[in-house]
Amino acid sequence: MRESVVTFQNVYKSYPFYHHVRGVKNFLFDFPRNLNKIQNQQYEALRDINFEVYRGEKFGIIGHNGAGKSTTLGLIAGVLKPNKGRVTVRGRISPLLALGAGFHPELDGRENIVLNGVLMGLTRREVQRKMDEIIEFAELDEFIDQQIRVYSSGMVARLGFSVVAHLDPEILLIDEVLGVGDIRFQRKCVKKMQEFRGSDTTMILVSHSLPSVVNLCDRALWIEDHEVRMIGNAQEIAENYCKSAGVEMDLNPQKPVVNTEVTNVIF
Amino acid sequence: MKRLKDFSYHRNLENYRDLLLVLLQKEVKVRYKSKVLGYLWSIASPLAFAFVYYIAFSGILRVRIEGYPLILMSGLFPWQWFGNSVGTAPKLFLNNSTIIKKVNFPRNIIPLATVMNHMLHFVLSLPVIVLFMMIYHKPISISWLYGMPIMILIQLVTVYGISLILASLNLFLRDIERLTQIVMTFAFYFTPIIFTLDMIPEKYRYLIPFNPAAPLMINWRHLILDGTVDFYYLGISVAYAIAFLLLGTAVYKKLAWKFAEVV
Repeated sequence: MRESVVTFQNVYKSYPFYHHVRGVKNFLFDFPRNLNKIQNQQYEALRDINFEVYRGEKFGIIGHNGAGKSTTLGLIAGVLKPNKGRVTVRGRISPLLALGAGFHPELDGRENIVLNGVLMGLTRREVQRKMDEIIEFAELDEFIDQQIRVYSSGMVARLGFSVVAHLDPEILLIDEVLGVGDIRFQRKCVKKMQEFRGSDTTMILVSHSLPSVVNLCDRALWIEDHEVRMIGNAQEIAENYCKSAGVEMDLNPQKPVVNTEVTNVIF
Repeated sequence: MKRLKDFSYHRNLENYRDLLLVLLQKEVKVRYKSKVLGYLWSIASPLAFAFVYYIAFSGILRVRIEGYPLILMSGLFPWQWFGNSVGTAPKLFLNNSTIIKKVNFPRNIIPLATVMNHMLHFVLSLPVIVLFMMIYHKPISISWLYGMPIMILIQLVTVYGISLILASLNLFLRDIERLTQIVMTFAFYFTPIIFTLDMIPEKYRYLIPFNPAAPLMINWRHLILDGTVDFYYLGISVAYAIAFLLLGTAVYKKLAWKFAEVV
Protein backbone atom coordinates (compact mmCIF):
# COMPACT_ATOMS: atom_id res chain seq x y z
CA MET A 1 0.00 0.00 0.00
CA ARG A 2 1.52 3.27 -1.08
CA GLU A 3 1.49 6.17 1.28
CA SER A 4 -0.17 9.32 0.02
CA VAL A 5 1.52 12.60 0.87
CA VAL A 6 -0.94 14.94 -0.81
CA THR A 7 -4.67 14.30 -0.70
CA PHE A 8 -7.41 16.46 -2.19
CA GLN A 9 -10.93 15.52 -1.09
CA ASN A 10 -13.81 17.32 -2.82
CA VAL A 11 -11.85 20.56 -2.86
CA TYR A 12 -13.56 23.79 -3.88
CA LYS A 13 -11.73 27.06 -4.11
CA SER A 14 -13.19 30.38 -5.07
CA TYR A 15 -11.89 33.90 -4.76
CA PRO A 16 -14.04 36.86 -3.86
CA PHE A 17 -13.47 39.99 -5.90
CA TYR A 18 -11.88 41.94 -3.10
CA HIS A 19 -11.17 45.02 -5.16
CA HIS A 20 -14.84 45.92 -5.18
CA VAL A 21 -14.76 46.80 -1.53
CA ARG A 22 -11.24 48.09 -1.03
CA GLY A 23 -11.38 51.06 1.24
CA VAL A 24 -13.01 51.73 4.56
CA LYS A 25 -15.23 54.46 3.15
CA ASN A 26 -16.91 52.32 0.54
CA PHE A 27 -17.07 49.40 2.89
CA LEU A 28 -18.82 51.22 5.69
CA PHE A 29 -21.09 53.43 3.65
CA ASP A 30 -22.90 50.59 2.10
CA PHE A 31 -22.27 47.78 4.48
CA PRO A 32 -25.13 45.35 3.75
CA ARG A 33 -24.76 45.62 0.01
CA ASN A 34 -21.01 45.15 0.26
CA LEU A 35 -21.35 42.11 2.43
CA ASN A 36 -23.70 40.72 -0.15
CA LYS A 37 -21.24 41.53 -2.88
CA ILE A 38 -18.44 39.67 -1.15
CA GLN A 39 -20.60 36.63 -0.78
CA ASN A 40 -22.03 36.61 -4.27
CA GLN A 41 -19.26 37.77 -6.51
CA GLN A 42 -17.01 34.81 -6.32
CA TYR A 43 -14.65 33.54 -8.92
CA GLU A 44 -14.61 29.78 -8.85
CA ALA A 45 -11.09 28.54 -9.43
CA LEU A 46 -11.47 24.88 -8.51
CA ARG A 47 -14.58 22.71 -8.39
CA ASP A 48 -14.77 19.38 -6.61
CA ILE A 49 -11.18 18.32 -7.08
CA ASN A 50 -10.14 14.84 -5.95
CA PHE A 51 -6.73 13.28 -6.30
CA GLU A 52 -3.87 11.76 -4.39
CA VAL A 53 -0.12 11.98 -4.82
CA TYR A 54 1.95 9.18 -3.33
CA ARG A 55 5.30 9.34 -1.62
CA GLY A 56 8.17 9.51 -4.07
CA GLU A 57 5.91 10.03 -7.03
CA LYS A 58 6.64 12.52 -9.81
CA PHE A 59 3.32 14.15 -10.56
CA GLY A 60 2.51 16.57 -13.36
CA ILE A 61 -0.35 19.05 -13.57
CA ILE A 62 -1.39 20.31 -16.99
CA GLY A 63 -4.21 22.43 -18.34
CA HIS A 64 -4.97 25.66 -20.15
CA ASN A 65 -4.22 29.08 -18.77
CA GLY A 66 -6.54 29.92 -15.92
CA ALA A 67 -7.74 26.36 -15.49
CA GLY A 68 -6.69 26.31 -11.84
CA LYS A 69 -3.22 24.77 -11.92
CA SER A 70 -1.48 27.41 -9.86
CA THR A 71 -4.35 27.51 -7.38
CA THR A 72 -3.88 23.78 -6.92
CA LEU A 73 -0.20 24.31 -6.25
CA GLY A 74 -0.98 27.13 -3.82
CA LEU A 75 -3.30 24.81 -1.93
CA ILE A 76 -0.60 22.16 -1.71
CA ALA A 77 1.93 24.74 -0.52
CA GLY A 78 -0.52 25.73 2.19
CA VAL A 79 -0.58 29.41 1.29
CA LEU A 80 -4.19 29.04 0.17
CA LYS A 81 -7.01 27.31 2.01
CA PRO A 82 -9.94 25.58 0.30
CA ASN A 83 -13.48 26.92 0.73
CA LYS A 84 -14.88 23.43 0.88
CA GLY A 85 -13.30 20.01 1.09
CA ARG A 86 -9.98 18.93 2.54
CA VAL A 87 -6.38 19.23 1.49
CA THR A 88 -4.00 17.04 3.45
CA VAL A 89 -0.25 17.38 3.01
CA ARG A 90 2.36 15.39 4.88
CA GLY A 91 5.94 16.51 4.75
CA ARG A 92 8.20 19.50 4.36
CA ILE A 93 7.21 21.46 1.28
CA SER A 94 9.55 23.55 -0.84
CA PRO A 95 8.69 27.21 -1.36
CA LEU A 96 6.58 27.72 -4.47
CA LEU A 97 9.11 28.02 -7.19
CA ALA A 98 8.26 30.67 -9.69
CA LEU A 99 10.20 33.63 -10.88
CA GLY A 100 11.58 35.53 -7.90
CA ALA A 101 10.67 32.86 -5.36
CA GLY A 102 10.52 34.04 -1.75
CA PHE A 103 13.49 36.34 -2.12
CA HIS A 104 14.01 39.64 -0.44
CA PRO A 105 15.53 42.16 -2.86
CA GLU A 106 17.61 43.96 -0.24
CA LEU A 107 19.40 40.86 1.01
CA ASP A 108 22.31 39.21 -0.75
CA GLY A 109 22.26 35.73 -2.23
CA ARG A 110 23.57 33.91 0.81
CA GLU A 111 21.14 35.63 3.16
CA ASN A 112 18.27 34.77 0.86
CA ILE A 113 19.29 31.12 0.82
CA VAL A 114 19.15 31.04 4.61
CA LEU A 115 15.85 32.95 4.62
CA ASN A 116 14.24 30.45 2.28
CA GLY A 117 15.61 27.53 4.22
CA VAL A 118 14.19 28.63 7.55
CA LEU A 119 10.92 29.63 5.91
CA MET A 120 10.44 26.10 4.68
CA GLY A 121 11.14 24.68 8.08
CA LEU A 122 14.87 23.95 8.23
CA THR A 123 17.20 25.27 10.88
CA ARG A 124 20.11 27.55 10.05
CA ARG A 125 22.59 24.76 10.71
CA GLU A 126 20.87 22.54 8.19
CA VAL A 127 20.89 25.32 5.61
CA GLN A 128 24.58 26.10 6.20
CA ARG A 129 25.50 22.52 5.38
CA LYS A 130 23.90 22.86 1.94
CA MET A 131 25.17 26.37 1.30
CA ASP A 132 28.20 25.57 -0.88
CA GLU A 133 26.29 23.09 -2.96
CA ILE A 134 23.53 25.62 -3.64
CA ILE A 135 25.93 28.40 -4.58
CA GLU A 136 27.92 26.15 -6.84
CA PHE A 137 24.85 24.88 -8.66
CA ALA A 138 23.42 28.38 -9.17
CA GLU A 139 26.68 29.52 -10.82
CA LEU A 140 26.43 33.02 -9.44
CA ASP A 141 30.14 33.41 -8.63
CA GLU A 142 30.82 36.78 -7.05
CA PHE A 143 27.17 37.79 -7.37
CA ILE A 144 26.31 35.58 -4.43
CA ASP A 145 27.44 38.38 -2.11
CA GLN A 146 25.44 41.02 -3.98
CA GLN A 147 21.93 42.12 -3.15
CA ILE A 148 19.26 40.25 -5.10
CA ARG A 149 17.93 43.48 -6.59
CA VAL A 150 20.98 43.75 -8.85
CA TYR A 151 20.50 40.22 -10.20
CA SER A 152 19.24 39.59 -13.69
CA SER A 153 16.01 37.63 -13.91
CA GLY A 154 17.98 34.61 -15.05
CA MET A 155 20.20 34.77 -11.99
CA VAL A 156 17.19 34.97 -9.69
CA ALA A 157 15.66 31.96 -11.40
CA ARG A 158 18.90 30.00 -11.12
CA LEU A 159 19.25 30.75 -7.45
CA GLY A 160 15.57 29.93 -6.93
CA PHE A 161 15.83 26.54 -8.53
CA SER A 162 19.08 25.76 -6.78
CA VAL A 163 17.61 26.63 -3.40
CA VAL A 164 14.50 24.49 -3.65
CA ALA A 165 16.28 21.59 -5.29
CA HIS A 166 19.05 21.38 -2.71
CA LEU A 167 17.23 22.13 0.50
CA ASP A 168 15.95 18.59 0.66
CA PRO A 169 12.23 19.20 0.50
CA GLU A 170 10.08 16.14 1.02
CA ILE A 171 7.65 17.61 -1.47
CA LEU A 172 9.12 19.66 -4.29
CA LEU A 173 6.73 22.10 -5.99
CA ILE A 174 7.74 23.46 -9.36
CA ASP A 175 5.59 25.96 -11.21
CA GLU A 176 6.55 26.52 -14.81
CA VAL A 177 10.15 27.23 -14.06
CA LEU A 178 11.84 25.63 -16.99
CA GLY A 179 11.08 28.55 -19.26
CA VAL A 180 13.65 30.76 -17.60
CA GLY A 181 17.41 30.65 -17.59
CA ASP A 182 19.53 29.89 -20.62
CA ILE A 183 19.56 26.57 -22.44
CA ARG A 184 22.55 25.25 -20.61
CA PHE A 185 21.06 25.96 -17.23
CA GLN A 186 17.73 24.51 -18.24
CA ARG A 187 19.46 21.27 -19.09
CA LYS A 188 21.14 21.31 -15.74
CA CYS A 189 17.79 21.79 -14.02
CA VAL A 190 16.21 18.93 -15.89
CA LYS A 191 19.18 16.72 -15.10
CA LYS A 192 18.81 17.64 -11.44
CA MET A 193 15.11 16.85 -11.58
CA GLN A 194 15.85 13.51 -13.14
CA GLU A 195 18.12 12.75 -10.20
CA PHE A 196 15.03 13.02 -8.05
CA ARG A 197 13.39 10.25 -10.05
CA GLY A 198 14.85 7.45 -8.04
CA SER A 199 14.63 9.31 -4.75
CA ASP A 200 12.05 9.49 -2.03
CA THR A 201 11.27 13.11 -2.88
CA THR A 202 7.78 13.74 -4.17
CA MET A 203 7.82 16.17 -7.07
CA ILE A 204 4.81 18.10 -8.32
CA LEU A 205 5.39 19.90 -11.57
CA VAL A 206 3.04 22.39 -13.19
CA SER A 207 3.98 22.97 -16.77
CA HIS A 208 2.84 23.82 -20.25
CA SER A 209 5.76 21.89 -21.57
CA LEU A 210 4.30 18.49 -22.33
CA PRO A 211 7.67 16.91 -23.07
CA SER A 212 8.89 17.83 -19.58
CA VAL A 213 5.77 16.37 -18.04
CA VAL A 214 6.02 13.16 -20.06
CA ASN A 215 9.71 12.73 -19.40
CA LEU A 216 9.82 13.72 -15.77
CA CYS A 217 6.50 12.52 -14.40
CA ASP A 218 4.96 9.13 -13.68
CA ARG A 219 1.43 10.36 -13.47
CA ALA A 220 -0.35 13.51 -14.46
CA LEU A 221 -3.49 15.45 -13.65
CA TRP A 222 -5.33 17.36 -16.34
CA ILE A 223 -7.43 20.23 -15.09
CA GLU A 224 -9.96 21.77 -17.43
CA ASP A 225 -12.42 24.51 -16.58
CA HIS A 226 -11.61 24.23 -12.90
CA GLU A 227 -12.42 20.53 -12.76
CA VAL A 228 -10.45 17.32 -12.99
CA ARG A 229 -10.65 16.12 -16.58
CA MET A 230 -8.34 13.14 -16.30
CA ILE A 231 -5.81 11.57 -13.98
CA GLY A 232 -3.44 8.83 -14.99
CA ASN A 233 -0.28 7.85 -16.78
CA ALA A 234 1.58 10.99 -17.85
CA GLN A 235 2.03 9.87 -21.45
CA GLU A 236 -1.65 9.03 -21.84
CA ILE A 237 -2.83 12.26 -20.31
CA ALA A 238 -0.53 14.28 -22.52
CA GLU A 239 -1.82 12.53 -25.64
CA ASN A 240 -5.43 13.12 -24.71
CA TYR A 241 -4.69 16.71 -23.81
CA CYS A 242 -3.19 17.31 -27.22
CA LYS A 243 -6.07 15.62 -28.97
CA SER A 244 -8.59 17.83 -27.21
CA ALA A 245 -6.57 20.94 -27.92
CA GLY A 246 -6.47 19.95 -31.58
CA VAL A 247 -2.71 19.98 -31.63
CA GLU A 248 -0.54 17.17 -32.77
CA MET A 249 1.60 15.90 -29.95
CA ASP A 250 5.23 15.95 -30.79
CA LEU A 251 7.85 14.96 -28.33
CA ASN A 252 10.48 15.21 -30.97
CA PRO A 253 12.94 17.73 -29.66
CA GLN A 254 14.01 18.99 -33.06
CA LYS A 255 10.76 20.70 -33.91
CA PRO A 256 8.68 21.36 -30.86
CA VAL A 257 5.07 21.94 -31.85
CA VAL A 258 3.17 22.07 -28.63
CA ASN A 259 5.53 24.27 -26.75
CA THR A 260 8.27 26.61 -27.73
CA GLU A 261 10.36 26.03 -24.67
CA VAL A 262 13.77 24.73 -25.27
CA THR A 263 13.80 22.35 -22.38
CA ASN A 264 13.03 19.40 -24.57
CA VAL A 265 16.16 19.72 -26.66
CA ILE A 266 17.92 17.19 -24.57
CA PHE A 267 15.34 14.46 -24.84
CA MET B 1 6.11 5.93 14.81
CA LYS B 2 7.53 7.48 11.66
CA ARG B 3 4.01 7.99 10.43
CA LEU B 4 3.00 9.77 13.58
CA LYS B 5 5.82 12.22 13.16
CA ASP B 6 4.74 12.91 9.61
CA PHE B 7 1.30 13.93 10.73
CA SER B 8 2.59 16.50 13.15
CA TYR B 9 3.71 19.88 11.93
CA HIS B 10 7.30 19.79 10.83
CA ARG B 11 8.57 22.90 12.57
CA ASN B 12 10.41 22.56 15.85
CA LEU B 13 11.54 25.08 18.38
CA GLU B 14 14.94 25.50 16.78
CA ASN B 15 13.31 26.38 13.49
CA TYR B 16 11.06 28.98 15.14
CA ARG B 17 14.08 30.53 16.83
CA ASP B 18 16.05 30.60 13.60
CA LEU B 19 13.10 31.99 11.69
CA LEU B 20 12.85 34.86 14.16
CA LEU B 21 16.61 35.43 14.11
CA VAL B 22 16.87 35.43 10.34
CA LEU B 23 13.92 37.80 9.95
CA LEU B 24 15.31 40.06 12.67
CA GLN B 25 18.69 40.01 10.99
CA LYS B 26 16.96 40.89 7.75
CA GLU B 27 15.26 43.88 9.36
CA VAL B 28 18.48 45.15 10.86
CA LYS B 29 20.43 44.67 7.64
CA VAL B 30 17.80 46.27 5.44
CA ARG B 31 17.85 49.24 7.77
CA TYR B 32 21.59 49.64 7.60
CA LYS B 33 22.39 48.52 4.09
CA SER B 34 23.65 51.22 1.78
CA LYS B 35 23.78 53.63 4.68
CA VAL B 36 27.23 54.80 5.65
CA LEU B 37 26.44 56.19 9.09
CA GLY B 38 24.32 53.24 10.19
CA TYR B 39 23.90 53.39 13.95
CA LEU B 40 24.14 57.16 14.09
CA TRP B 41 20.90 57.48 12.14
CA SER B 42 18.90 55.59 14.72
CA ILE B 43 19.86 58.08 17.43
CA ALA B 44 19.98 61.13 15.18
CA SER B 45 16.24 61.28 14.67
CA PRO B 46 15.06 61.40 18.32
CA LEU B 47 17.97 63.73 19.12
CA ALA B 48 16.97 66.06 16.31
CA PHE B 49 13.37 66.07 17.53
CA ALA B 50 14.51 66.78 21.06
CA PHE B 51 16.59 69.66 19.77
CA VAL B 52 13.69 71.12 17.76
CA TYR B 53 11.25 70.97 20.67
CA TYR B 54 13.85 72.40 22.99
CA ILE B 55 14.38 75.39 20.70
CA ALA B 56 10.64 75.82 20.16
CA PHE B 57 9.53 75.66 23.78
CA SER B 58 12.50 76.91 25.77
CA GLY B 59 14.01 79.24 23.20
CA ILE B 60 11.04 80.76 21.42
CA LEU B 61 7.94 80.23 23.56
CA ARG B 62 10.06 80.71 26.68
CA VAL B 63 8.28 78.07 28.72
CA ARG B 64 10.35 77.51 31.83
CA ILE B 65 10.64 73.83 32.55
CA GLU B 66 13.25 72.44 34.89
CA GLY B 67 15.62 70.10 33.04
CA TYR B 68 13.65 70.19 29.83
CA PRO B 69 16.30 68.51 27.61
CA LEU B 70 16.23 65.35 29.74
CA ILE B 71 12.43 65.41 29.93
CA LEU B 72 12.34 65.52 26.15
CA MET B 73 14.80 62.69 25.73
CA SER B 74 13.16 60.43 28.29
CA GLY B 75 9.94 60.84 26.32
CA LEU B 76 11.13 60.87 22.73
CA PHE B 77 13.43 57.84 22.85
CA PRO B 78 10.81 55.32 24.06
CA TRP B 79 8.22 56.98 21.83
CA GLN B 80 10.48 56.53 18.81
CA TRP B 81 10.21 52.77 19.35
CA PHE B 82 6.46 52.86 19.94
CA GLY B 83 5.63 55.34 17.19
CA ASN B 84 7.87 53.88 14.49
CA SER B 85 6.63 50.35 15.14
CA VAL B 86 2.95 51.21 15.11
CA GLY B 87 3.34 53.73 12.28
CA THR B 88 4.94 51.19 9.94
CA ALA B 89 2.82 48.25 11.15
CA PRO B 90 0.06 48.43 8.50
CA LYS B 91 2.54 47.71 5.71
CA LEU B 92 4.33 44.81 7.40
CA PHE B 93 2.64 41.97 5.55
CA LEU B 94 2.43 43.96 2.31
CA ASN B 95 6.18 44.52 2.36
CA ASN B 96 6.76 40.82 2.79
CA SER B 97 4.34 39.71 0.09
CA THR B 98 7.05 37.83 -1.82
CA ILE B 99 7.55 35.34 0.97
CA ILE B 100 3.93 35.22 2.13
CA LYS B 101 2.78 34.10 -1.30
CA LYS B 102 5.36 31.36 -1.63
CA VAL B 103 5.67 29.57 1.67
CA ASN B 104 3.38 28.64 4.48
CA PHE B 105 5.06 29.75 7.69
CA PRO B 106 3.79 31.39 10.88
CA ARG B 107 3.41 34.90 9.52
CA ASN B 108 2.98 36.46 12.94
CA ILE B 109 6.75 36.15 13.27
CA ILE B 110 7.10 39.06 10.84
CA PRO B 111 5.57 41.68 13.19
CA LEU B 112 7.50 40.18 16.08
CA ALA B 113 10.80 40.53 14.23
CA THR B 114 10.03 44.10 13.18
CA VAL B 115 8.99 45.20 16.65
CA MET B 116 12.10 43.57 18.10
CA ASN B 117 14.19 45.44 15.56
CA HIS B 118 12.79 48.74 16.81
CA MET B 119 13.28 47.53 20.37
CA LEU B 120 16.92 46.79 19.62
CA HIS B 121 17.43 50.33 18.39
CA PHE B 122 15.85 51.69 21.54
CA VAL B 123 18.17 49.62 23.71
CA LEU B 124 21.15 50.75 21.64
CA SER B 125 20.13 54.37 22.13
CA LEU B 126 20.07 54.09 25.93
CA PRO B 127 23.78 54.98 26.23
CA VAL B 128 22.95 58.35 24.67
CA ILE B 129 20.42 59.01 27.44
CA VAL B 130 23.01 57.95 30.00
CA LEU B 131 25.51 60.33 28.46
CA PHE B 132 23.10 63.27 28.67
CA MET B 133 22.18 62.38 32.24
CA MET B 134 25.84 62.54 33.14
CA ILE B 135 26.17 65.89 31.40
CA TYR B 136 23.26 67.24 33.48
CA HIS B 137 24.58 65.59 36.67
CA LYS B 138 21.55 63.42 37.07
CA PRO B 139 22.19 60.14 38.92
CA ILE B 140 21.30 56.88 37.21
CA SER B 141 19.18 54.69 39.41
CA ILE B 142 20.06 51.10 40.18
CA SER B 143 16.38 50.24 39.64
CA TRP B 144 17.01 50.47 35.88
CA LEU B 145 18.41 46.96 36.19
CA TYR B 146 14.99 45.42 36.79
CA GLY B 147 12.79 48.34 35.71
CA MET B 148 14.12 48.39 32.14
CA PRO B 149 13.50 44.70 31.35
CA ILE B 150 9.97 44.95 32.76
CA MET B 151 9.10 48.10 30.82
CA ILE B 152 10.72 46.75 27.66
CA LEU B 153 8.73 43.53 27.91
CA ILE B 154 5.43 45.36 28.48
CA GLN B 155 6.05 47.70 25.56
CA LEU B 156 7.19 44.83 23.34
CA VAL B 157 3.99 42.87 23.95
CA THR B 158 1.79 45.95 23.52
CA VAL B 159 3.40 47.06 20.27
CA TYR B 160 3.47 43.51 18.89
CA GLY B 161 -0.26 43.14 19.56
CA ILE B 162 -1.10 46.46 17.91
CA SER B 163 1.15 45.68 14.92
CA LEU B 164 -0.49 42.31 14.42
CA ILE B 165 -3.95 43.92 14.33
CA LEU B 166 -2.97 46.72 11.95
CA ALA B 167 -0.86 44.57 9.62
CA SER B 168 -3.61 41.95 9.29
CA LEU B 169 -6.51 44.35 8.80
CA ASN B 170 -4.65 46.57 6.36
CA LEU B 171 -4.50 43.72 3.86
CA PHE B 172 -8.26 43.88 3.59
CA LEU B 173 -8.88 47.57 4.15
CA ARG B 174 -5.94 49.52 2.82
CA ASP B 175 -7.14 52.81 4.31
CA ILE B 176 -5.90 51.70 7.68
CA GLU B 177 -2.45 52.81 6.68
CA ARG B 178 -3.61 56.45 6.28
CA LEU B 179 -5.80 56.26 9.33
CA THR B 180 -2.88 55.05 11.42
CA GLN B 181 -0.75 58.02 10.40
CA ILE B 182 -3.40 60.47 11.56
CA VAL B 183 -4.10 58.62 14.79
CA MET B 184 -0.38 58.51 15.55
CA THR B 185 -0.09 62.28 15.15
CA PHE B 186 -2.89 62.70 17.67
CA ALA B 187 -1.33 60.10 19.95
CA PHE B 188 1.98 61.95 19.92
CA TYR B 189 0.50 65.22 21.15
CA PHE B 190 -2.02 63.63 23.53
CA THR B 191 0.65 61.58 25.28
CA PRO B 192 3.03 63.08 27.85
CA ILE B 193 6.09 62.99 25.60
CA ILE B 194 7.15 66.57 25.02
CA PHE B 195 5.37 67.66 28.19
CA THR B 196 5.03 66.02 31.58
CA LEU B 197 2.11 64.48 33.39
CA ASP B 198 1.97 67.42 35.87
CA MET B 199 1.36 69.85 33.03
CA ILE B 200 -1.91 68.18 32.10
CA PRO B 201 -4.80 70.03 33.79
CA GLU B 202 -6.25 68.06 36.69
CA LYS B 203 -9.72 67.85 35.16
CA TYR B 204 -8.44 66.02 32.09
CA ARG B 205 -6.25 63.47 33.84
CA TYR B 206 -9.03 60.91 34.13
CA LEU B 207 -8.71 60.53 30.34
CA ILE B 208 -5.12 59.30 30.49
CA PRO B 209 -5.96 55.58 30.91
CA PHE B 210 -7.89 55.70 27.63
CA ASN B 211 -4.68 56.35 25.71
CA PRO B 212 -2.70 53.09 25.58
CA ALA B 213 0.57 54.93 24.98
CA ALA B 214 0.23 57.39 27.87
CA PRO B 215 0.69 55.06 30.86
CA LEU B 216 3.75 53.56 29.16
CA MET B 217 5.39 56.89 28.42
CA ILE B 218 4.62 58.20 31.91
CA ASN B 219 6.45 55.26 33.45
CA TRP B 220 9.36 55.43 31.02
CA ARG B 221 9.99 59.00 32.18
CA HIS B 222 9.59 58.02 35.84
CA LEU B 223 12.00 55.16 35.40
CA ILE B 224 14.65 57.01 33.40
CA LEU B 225 14.69 60.22 35.44
CA ASP B 226 13.76 59.09 38.95
CA GLY B 227 14.26 55.33 38.94
CA THR B 228 10.67 54.69 40.03
CA VAL B 229 7.46 53.49 38.46
CA ASP B 230 3.86 54.41 39.13
CA PHE B 231 2.10 51.15 39.88
CA TYR B 232 -1.34 52.45 38.94
CA TYR B 233 -0.17 53.24 35.41
CA LEU B 234 1.97 50.12 35.30
CA GLY B 235 -1.13 48.04 35.97
CA ILE B 236 -2.98 49.77 33.13
CA SER B 237 -0.04 49.15 30.79
CA VAL B 238 0.00 45.46 31.64
CA ALA B 239 -3.73 45.24 31.04
CA TYR B 240 -3.33 46.94 27.66
CA ALA B 241 -0.43 44.64 26.75
CA ILE B 242 -2.47 41.52 27.45
CA ALA B 243 -5.56 42.91 25.73
CA PHE B 244 -3.66 43.86 22.55
CA LEU B 245 -1.84 40.54 22.49
CA LEU B 246 -5.10 38.59 22.73
CA LEU B 247 -6.95 40.80 20.26
CA GLY B 248 -4.03 40.77 17.82
CA THR B 249 -3.73 37.01 17.95
CA ALA B 250 -7.49 36.61 17.48
CA VAL B 251 -7.56 38.93 14.44
CA TYR B 252 -4.50 37.22 12.96
CA LYS B 253 -5.92 33.73 13.50
CA LYS B 254 -9.18 34.74 11.87
CA LEU B 255 -7.62 36.31 8.79
CA ALA B 256 -4.25 34.61 8.24
CA TRP B 257 -5.54 31.95 5.87
CA LYS B 258 -6.53 34.61 3.37
CA PHE B 259 -3.27 36.57 3.40
CA ALA B 260 -1.82 35.02 0.25
CA GLU B 261 -4.97 35.87 -1.69
CA VAL B 262 -5.05 39.55 -0.87
CA VAL B 263 -1.46 40.55 -0.23
